[in-house]
Amino acid sequence: MIALLKRDLRLAVRAGGGFGLGLAFFLIVCILVPFSVGPQSQLLASIAPGVLWLGALLACLLSLDRIFALDYEDGSLDLLATAPLPMEGAVSMKALTHWLTTGLPLVVAAPALGVLLSLPTQGFMWLFLSLLLGTPALSVIGTFGAALTVGLKRGGLLLSILVLPLYVPTLIFGAELARRGAVGMDTQTPLLMLAGITFATIALLPFASSAVIRINLR
Amino acid sequence: MSKRRSLWEYANPRKFMGLSGAVLPWIAISGGVLLAIGLIWGFFFTPADYRQGATVKIIYLHVPSALMAINAWFMMLVASLIWLIRRHHVSALAAKAAAPVGVAMTIIALVTGAIWGQPMWGTWWVWDPRLTSFLILFLFYLGYIALWSAIENDDTAADLTSILCIVGSVFAMLSRYAVNFWNQGLHQGASLSLDKEENVADIFYHPLLVSMVAFGLIFLALVLLRTRTEIRARQLRAYLARERMQ
Repeated sequence: MIALLKRDLRLAVRAGGGFGLGLAFFLIVCILVPFSVGPQSQLLASIAPGVLWLGALLACLLSLDRIFALDYEDGSLDLLATAPLPMEGAVSMKALTHWLTTGLPLVVAAPALGVLLSLPTQGFMWLFLSLLLGTPALSVIGTFGAALTVGLKRGGLLLSILVLPLYVPTLIFGAELARRGAVGMDTQTPLLMLAGITFATIALLPFASSAVIRINLR
Repeated sequence: MSKRRSLWEYANPRKFMGLSGAVLPWIAISGGVLLAIGLIWGFFFTPADYRQGATVKIIYLHVPSALMAINAWFMMLVASLIWLIRRHHVSALAAKAAAPVGVAMTIIALVTGAIWGQPMWGTWWVWDPRLTSFLILFLFYLGYIALWSAIENDDTAADLTSILCIVGSVFAMLSRYAVNFWNQGLHQGASLSLDKEENVADIFYHPLLVSMVAFGLIFLALVLLRTRTEIRARQLRAYLARERMQ
């Protein structure tokens, strides 16, 4: 499992892996927002948590089709399927790689973008926390979507149609946690719900994803 | 010992075609007649509500279609489970056939709701939990149908959509609770429930019940019809393939 993780990470950060692309996309989306809604810091402060969450979600979406596509094309996925490592483990490692290369940089960069969107000071910690808790769920759910569309030639658009509805609960609780933190409201319920969603998806969804991969490799 | 008859016999496509062909006209006709009765009764022979005026009458379309929109997804879930567990092709095809009907029901519920909401709430749309969950349900239907149409191999498509339907059901439920938490609603509570106290008045209730049964029958008829079409299309493809072989 560790070897697989190392291999995927190395593939991702080297040329052509698209590492940092999601981050750049996130940056650009967040910079474009003031252009589209106006520079009033009052307005920006109130929409900042939602914008940052939506940006992170879209940036995650952007790199999902990479998760399995190359492995499917060159046949490594077939090797993985016949390897002694259970498919569930391989799928979990794929999701972890996606999170490490896409989710984690977003989490780290988000507070800096919060400054640009004049997020209130007390909101930074909550924004960071909500993204840290929420982005793994985005990666795991996205891996499921990528597994569904792995055999398709042009699965990119379909992938977003499949995955975005599944992102709804995570987005609601994540953005709500960040928003409540920013305005100083009680954050316990969204925090617990977000954590629940993340841990439940990490625990359960790899089974669905690996079942889907097996069907697609049949 | 005589062979026990069971429901699973109708998983055989030939048996299914025989039975469904025989009952389909009856279901369709009774559904149509009941719908006509329910709507005419509801539209012309019930009084206008003292607060809502004549707009209350849209309930005879809105509530049954909303009910069927959710039940259609539930039916797809059951059919998907049957396909995954027992591998009956009819079941997978029935799930495929139900999805567009479910979409139509969802759209009817959303549109009639908007038409009612405009004079009553003064707005076509609010981000109310019930309205929002229906919109999300609509997105789930779209994804499901898109996946069916994207995959060429029938069995692979059936497997993948079944799993999507199961996972989607969990996330749809989760979304329902998430939007409840996210925004307090404008929509009234359930119009119908088993404890009588919050029910609508009997005079509206009886025609509503008739049109709900009618919508159920029409849904059933449409799903049977579409399933039969799918089976026929598959038979046709099999015949063509066989002909090419010779």
